[in-house]
Amino acid sequence: MKLIENVSRHVSRRGFLQGALASGVFVLSARLVRDPLWAAEGESAAPPFEPSLWMSIASDGTVTIVAHRSEMGCGSRTALPLVVTDELDADWSKVKIEQAIGDPRYGEQDTDGSHSVRSGFDLMRQVGATGRVMLISAAAAQWGVSAKDCATEPHFVVHRSSGRKLGYGEVAAAAAKLPVPKKEDVPLKTRSEWRYIGKESNSLFDLPEIVTGKAIFGMDATMPGMVYASVEHPPVLGQKIKSYDDTAALKVTGVQKTLTIAAFKPPHVFQPLGGVAVIADNTYAAFTGRKNLKIEWDSSPHSVYNSTPFRKTLEDTSRQPCKVIRNVGDVDAVFVQSAKSGGKIIEAEYYAPHLAHASMEPPVAVAEYRDGKVLAWAPTQNPQAVQETIASLLGIKKEDVTCHVTLLGGGFGRKSKPDQVAEAAVLSKQLGKPVKVVWSREDDIHFDYFHSVAAMYMKAAVGTDGKPTAWLQRTVYPPIGSTFDTAAKYADDEMGLGWNNLPFDIANHRAENGPADYHVRIGWLRSVANIYHAFAISSFVDELAKAANKDSAQYLFDLVGPPRIVNLDLKGDEAEDAKNYPLDTARLRRVVEIVVERSGWGKGAMGLGKGRGMGIAAHRSFLTYVATVVEVEVDSKGQVHIPNVWTAVDAGTIVSPDNVRNQFEGAAVFGTSLALFGEITATNGAIDQSNFHNYQITRMNRAPRHVDVHIVKSEAPPAGVGEPGVPPFAPALYNAVFAATGKRVRELPLSKTKLV
Amino acid sequence: MIRFKVNGNEKTFDGDPDMPLLWYLRDVAQLTGTKFGCGMALCGACTVHQNGAAIRSCSTPMKEISGAEITTIEGIAPMHPVQEAWIEIRVPQCGYCQTGQIMQAIALLQENKNPSDQDIDTAMAGNLCRCGTYQRIRAAIHQAAKHQVARHEAAKETA
Repeated sequence: MKLIENVSRHVSRRGFLQGALASGVFVLSARLVRDPLWAAEGESAAPPFEPSLWMSIASDGTVTIVAHRSEMGCGSRTALPLVVTDELDADWSKVKIEQAIGDPRYGEQDTDGSHSVRSGFDLMRQVGATGRVMLISAAAAQWGVSAKDCATEPHFVVHRSSGRKLGYGEVAAAAAKLPVPKKEDVPLKTRSEWRYIGKESNSLFDLPEIVTGKAIFGMDATMPGMVYASVEHPPVLGQKIKSYDDTAALKVTGVQKTLTIAAFKPPHVFQPLGGVAVIADNTYAAFTGRKNLKIEWDSSPHSVYNSTPFRKTLEDTSRQPCKVIRNVGDVDAVFVQSAKSGGKIIEAEYYAPHLAHASMEPPVAVAEYRDGKVLAWAPTQNPQAVQETIASLLGIKKEDVTCHVTLLGGGFGRKSKPDQVAEAAVLSKQLGKPVKVVWSREDDIHFDYFHSVAAMYMKAAVGTDGKPTAWLQRTVYPPIGSTFDTAAKYADDEMGLGWNNLPFDIANHRAENGPADYHVRIGWLRSVANIYHAFAISSFVDELAKAANKDSAQYLFDLVGPPRIVNLDLKGDEAEDAKNYPLDTARLRRVVEIVVERSGWGKGAMGLGKGRGMGIAAHRSFLTYVATVVEVEVDSKGQVHIPNVWTAVDAGTIVSPDNVRNQFEGAAVFGTSLALFGEITATNGAIDQSNFHNYQITRMNRAPRHVDVHIVKSEAPPAGVGEPGVPPFAPALYNAVFAATGKRVRELPLSKTKLV
Repeated sequence: MIRFKVNGNEKTFDGDPDMPLLWYLRDVAQLTGTKFGCGMALCGACTVHQNGAAIRSCSTPMKEISGAEITTIEGIAPMHPVQEAWIEIRVPQCGYCQTGQIMQAIALLQENKNPSDQDIDTAMAGNLCRCGTYQRIRAAIHQAAKHQVARHEAAKETA
């Protein structure tokens, strides 16, 4: 069976890499390593050149580059190896990519926060450039010439004066024996020398395998002798099994047995929820067996969770003074003064419900426990979290958990949490054979780590020119911190997600955050708190513009104010980011100008008839500046159609422009889903939605007809591209709906409001 | 015993006749290019062809395919104009839904050589893509339609 052969080969290969390399994130060991596993597999007889954790060159010239970030559709598995290839001056058609296992030597591997290229760009350049220097040195030595007289062209070292050439494969073995040059002795290419970085021709490495069905996702991973498992989880967070009857389940053809998984010990973090697993010969039998289980669950404090009253609790909190996150000037003084002088005060409240990720591939994993060690294959965004979670649950060492990463059928943050991988490992330990755990779509939606539900309160005092003189914003929502600490009520670590960094030119500003309890597992979803924060802020900007009788785009532009670096007074990692990526309003202004121009804003808006309108929003997230104009048509039934979207993005240096466009086209569709349909609710602690009929995601016929993505040419350091397209979309759409209908809607999703 | 063909090969099945074709393909036949997405014919990730027509294999029990010719993505060879267009337009992001999208698009182009945007929307509305590649899917189907015409013309000239 081909797949299993592949699997076993990967395992050996990993053993090779692990054994060969010293510790450290970036280690150019450059040792010539002979490994029995490697040789035993009939690979190239000559030992491969292994200059680092990241790259090897075989004698046939094949360059193997390790991708240490997970591929869930954002392109990082292609982008980072492309950077290595460019600086190595290798030929991309001779490059193979190997997916890294979870291993701290690769540094942080949690593929989230839109930071794979941002964090890896300089390092990958260094990896490639170091290899290039060593190859040149080896060739120069062979020729007996100075390395200074040599250059490279793709996959060859060239001696300039004589025109002699040596292929990379021909000098790899000799290069591997050389000492690794110091960083300062490794020149990087100039931008004009780049052959791959920033080029239109770049496409996903896995594209041919994807379109032929050969690509291996987590759902497709197998292990010899494995069984299938489907787990009935407690409907309410924290419930435990009181009793269960598996008589009928065991009668289902193909069902082998049932096993229990212990409930988590709070905080839940990434532990399994607990429940009853049906073990079977195939997925269908496991699913069918589950339907025949009878389980009685005990009570949970989270059974009190009902979405409608919970919303009121959040809103009540948001109307009271909360914890101050950022304070500029004195908003209270201005509000008092404004009240005295009869000035204009504008208030608005916004609400956004829970969302589920609903990746097309539901959570799935295969794992084997044997002799105190675990081998797992999973579509995970975070293989090191797989190691930590399983090690902790089974009482083994983290190093004894090997986690291989498949392609991910979407992730969007859900697959940073490896609870399903842990389930497979726990069950395998009980069974003594490999187990594949497959979640149904219903499991995926019921037992997500949900995007949080949020209430925002906004208040502004506006001057005679219509511009705000004071701006107060409060946000209240169950924080992601509750996943790690049951006492967490404030979203301290999430304030950088569009709340502590308002980029507007307002003399008095205060941002606050109020407390909220959690009752379901809360997690990251593509762009995270930016979704509701941008919704509140950019909707409120439009409200202020309309109240001032100003053009929304011009008002937004004026509010951003003159080009300047905004002082954010941040701490920790955020302060570090702010040093390298200062909040530069010139860049924000530029993206606004671009979408205004490309959308024909103003001209077009005037030309639009009744029921048609345009809306605008701009938001910086993951250090990327984005402005979006959405055009809507609201038909006689109140249904919203989206003929056009224009987005301008400044994400600094770009590796693969076409992939970036694809990300932003996709963000408009993701944004459409959450703006029009997305809503997860709970009744007595259990989630009400279950599959795509009652948790709708956008289909082709409701998606934006055309999304125009303009990438600003920039030499700034690379910033995020996977997430930043999402936040401005919903407010731009809602602002367009206001332009089209005169209706100001302040809650997501739009389907809850009748427009006609 | 249920007899049928998968990608031209004779097959028999004597397991649970209610087992959806999807799980036969994936777990028994090891043809994993056909994906599981919802189990309720709501997302189209499991789309295959039954006698040339697109069906949702997650909701088609084995007992209903007796005598049928099933084609999965693995049976589309050599590279179909739809797959070529998918590569040229660089449609996929994560790629998980794309085999289902491609099977649906191939079935569409068999029935309709030159579909309009409206035709494409109608035919493809049952295939979800959470990454949101719809704009490129539409463009790729138009491109594939052109490729097919070009191939047809070329074939005529050769004849």
